[in-house]
Amino acid sequence: MPVKVMIPSPLRPYAGKRDSAEFNARTVGEALGHLTTEFGDLRKHLFTEDGKLRSFVNVYVNDEDIRYLAKENTPTKDGDTISIIPSIAGGHSDNGIAF
Amino acid sequence: MADTPALWISGHLAERIRAHGAETYPHECCGALLGRDSSFVLDGDRGKSLQTPAREILQLFPLVNRRDDSPRNRFSVTAEDVLAAEKAAREQGLEVVGWYHSHPDHPARPSQYDRDHAWPWYSYIIVSVHNGAPLDMTSWRLNDDRKEFSPEEIEVRHRAAV
Repeated sequence: MPVKVMIPSPLRPYAGKRDSAEFNARTVGEALGHLTTEFGDLRKHLFTEDGKLRSFVNVYVNDEDIRYLAKENTPTKDGDTISIIPSIAGGHSDNGIAF
Repeated sequence: MADTPALWISGHLAERIRAHGAETYPHECCGALLGRDSSFVLDGDRGKSLQTPAREILQLFPLVNRRDDSPRNRFSVTAEDVLAAEKAAREQGLEVVGWYHSHPDHPARPSQYDRDHAWPWYSYIIVSVHNGAPLDMTSWRLNDDRKEFSPEEIEVRHRAAV
């Protein structure tokens, strides 16, 4: 059984409405790479223009946050589940001018 | 925009969002919007709009603003809070369709900061609270290219929340 990537609701429209996808992957980075290769429109919502995972994108391998493991180099094995969990943030601008 | 479905919400829930903004003033409030998303494409050839909304808010899940370092102009919902909101939604046969927050003494328009941190698909309701009194309430959806938000019409339905 390959690695299963769970796709959160806000990204499903860019993944053919799928809630998960499976890939053979040795690391989290590899799995996310396969995900964004298959569903190219996902990429800009997960990664910044310089290829870093956006700060409000939380990635877990099984129940562990990859920030506390090896980040995108966190190894994965068959049967693992990678979950993408949003954080939500916002607020009005500092100078009182809203866009 | 004529074919863009409105976001339906009951008058009762709209007032609860306003009240939350007033309660936490001068700090930003935040919470999850629970409901249903049908994502139907209204058939313009039918000549009249269908009465089934593409997205309807049926319950709220108020949250604590985790930005206690800058709560007057920032809000934060952690991954744990998101999971709690999703669990609450599932238990009611609903899903998390968006988020609301307040702008104390600022217009109900998304900021650059809002845009930089937004997810697509979600409805983002913003309520402006001026001197403790809730004013405008608007809703927004992030465009696919992430470059701006598009306004989403809020249709307040005066019926009891489910």
